[in-house]
Amino acid sequence: MFKRYLTAIAAVLSLAGAGAAQAADISGAGATFPAPVYAKWAEAYQAQTGNRLNYQAIGSGGGIKQIGASTVDFGATDKPLKPDDLAAGGLAMFPTVIGGVVPVMNLPGIKAGEVKLTGPQLADIYRGVIKRWDDPLLAKTNPGVKLPAMPITVVHRSDGSGTSFVFTTYLSMKAAHWASEVGANDSVKWPTGLGGKGNDGVAAYVKQTPGAIGYVEYAYAKQNGMTYALMQNKAGKFVTPDAANFKAAAANANWKAAPGFYLLLLDQPGADAWPITAATFILVHTKQEDAAKGRNVLAFFDWCYKNGDAAAAQLDYVPLPAAVKDLVRASWSKVVSPDGKPVYK
Amino acid sequence: MTALADTPTTAPARTARGVALDKLFEALCFGAATLLLAALGGLVVSLVIGGWPAFAKFGLTFFVSAEWDPVQEIYGAAGAVVGTLVSAGLALLFALPLALGVAIFLVELCPPMLRRPIGTAVELLAGIPSIVYGMWGLFAFAPWFAKHIQLPIMMSAKPGTIWETITSGVPNGAGILTASIVLAIMILPFISATMRELLLTIPAQVRESAYGLGSTTFEVIRKVSLPYVRTGAIGAVMLGLGRALGETMAVTFIIGNAHGFPTSIFASGSTIASTIANEFAEATGKLHTASLIALGLVLFVITFTVLALARLLIGRQAHA
Repeated sequence: MFKRYLTAIAAVLSLAGAGAAQAADISGAGATFPAPVYAKWAEAYQAQTGNRLNYQAIGSGGGIKQIGASTVDFGATDKPLKPDDLAAGGLAMFPTVIGGVVPVMNLPGIKAGEVKLTGPQLADIYRGVIKRWDDPLLAKTNPGVKLPAMPITVVHRSDGSGTSFVFTTYLSMKAAHWASEVGANDSVKWPTGLGGKGNDGVAAYVKQTPGAIGYVEYAYAKQNGMTYALMQNKAGKFVTPDAANFKAAAANANWKAAPGFYLLLLDQPGADAWPITAATFILVHTKQEDAAKGRNVLAFFDWCYKNGDAAAAQLDYVPLPAAVKDLVRASWSKVVSPDGKPVYK
Repeated sequence: MTALADTPTTAPARTARGVALDKLFEALCFGAATLLLAALGGLVVSLVIGGWPAFAKFGLTFFVSAEWDPVQEIYGAAGAVVGTLVSAGLALLFALPLALGVAIFLVELCPPMLRRPIGTAVELLAGIPSIVYGMWGLFAFAPWFAKHIQLPIMMSAKPGTIWETITSGVPNGAGILTASIVLAIMILPFISATMRELLLTIPAQVRESAYGLGSTTFEVIRKVSLPYVRTGAIGAVMLGLGRALGETMAVTFIIGNAHGFPTSIFASGSTIASTIANEFAEATGKLHTASLIALGLVLFVITFTVLALARLLIGRQAHA
């Protein structure tokens, strides 16, 4: 009997302890692309500090909506908000990790990295202008590669996605036709092709359709061993999609000249830079009603910047360059409590 | 008789408390029913309000245009509406004969030993979550369909013929036809389970009289059993159709998700539900969100019309 009382008391005490810890818990919602690394960071952070992160991977658009409605402490998005939109929403934005979007194919007899593509070629394929793999336009950049006489099946994302935003923005940059006819958004009016739901949907369609081309996040292409294409970058070199080349793109980007960190890492200079590289972002309110909450959010990401690089690399993301992290930390001074003091230093 | 008389009448027929409880019970039931009606009304009102910007902007063109362009912010529902009706209609076409066959076999022909396993198998089909159907459709059924059905048909078409146009498409099995077949499998258990229950309600004398008059099994089923349950059968079919119209996840996985009208039997398309599932989470533009909500209202109207038609048919049958 006495023992049972003790267990009951212990249970109550542990509940109280959990309640106390909850004060430092933070909640976020948004992009699915960085969700695995946020989960990994949150796990390590909780083990070290006892503070928990509750992150809902509901998509970038959802993240923007949720932080706008203040239902979460931070929002996450792959599609950066323009400085005007940030100001209008009273939001501050900063990048966390970098990743790449990779064109993947299903070509019988062709191995990963054998096919070389340029931005305009990719745009013409997605516009339905280049319809076959043995098109002379493709042969020009692929001397010596025996491209099959096969129709091209274009595969794109059917769901609105930050990945599509990055991809279509890149096509808009490289091809005037794409910019004027289709444009860049997280979902667009695709001129041709099939829509697969999510990275796995696109990957499944590509794998099942000989002659198909699609685009997926790098981690997805790598983990599934998909046949990727080399892309021509700004320096004119054909580069492989890998972490080192994403890093090169990030290193060459001019973050200082990007107000509110509105920066797409697309088509950056540098011999090794992968042309379809992108960062993913966090959104927080610049005016924090609850200073402690704001502090907890920034403390978490500061901790991630300090301790999270290895975990990010392990999951095939590229950590931010140290200089960019310092720029982000400096930008946090504008996240203030109601009395105008920065919430985190 | 004597036993009855001996029973003491302990309680009066109705106490004041009983009457009050009765009133309360009535009020609760009335409340439950009206609450549902109010929720339905609220749903319609919020769909109209949410979708209003789209209706105001596009007017009637929203219903006849198949243009769906989130960059230019031009939205039309026609492609998704056609996709919804075609996929649900085809699904019903495939499912109905199968479901009827299953139900008739189980009730009229099945050896008792087999009745339970087959019945359970059909019921199990109803319990599988739709996402599982979607994944099975995408990873198992679509590739099989492409290899063994779609490719041979496409290969057999001579270039330049109408047959080639009709069978054109991407040879990977994703499209409206595949989605319809998966949908058919999904609605089959609902239709066949209801049919079976209906057939079981036929009094044994009716059936046996028919046999007694020298009818064959087929004649009994066609001329006695089926006409007997016709009214309920229409309801069962409509129930299946309603489910097919609104099915989301499985369809999203395998329909190919192309906006616009389908141009061939292997074409990919989209349905109202799949469009909403694909785009709602990421729709940040006001007009985009409004158009998706307006699509929801259109689906609501379609489903309501189907159910109303069913009622009408049942009503007519009952009077006849």
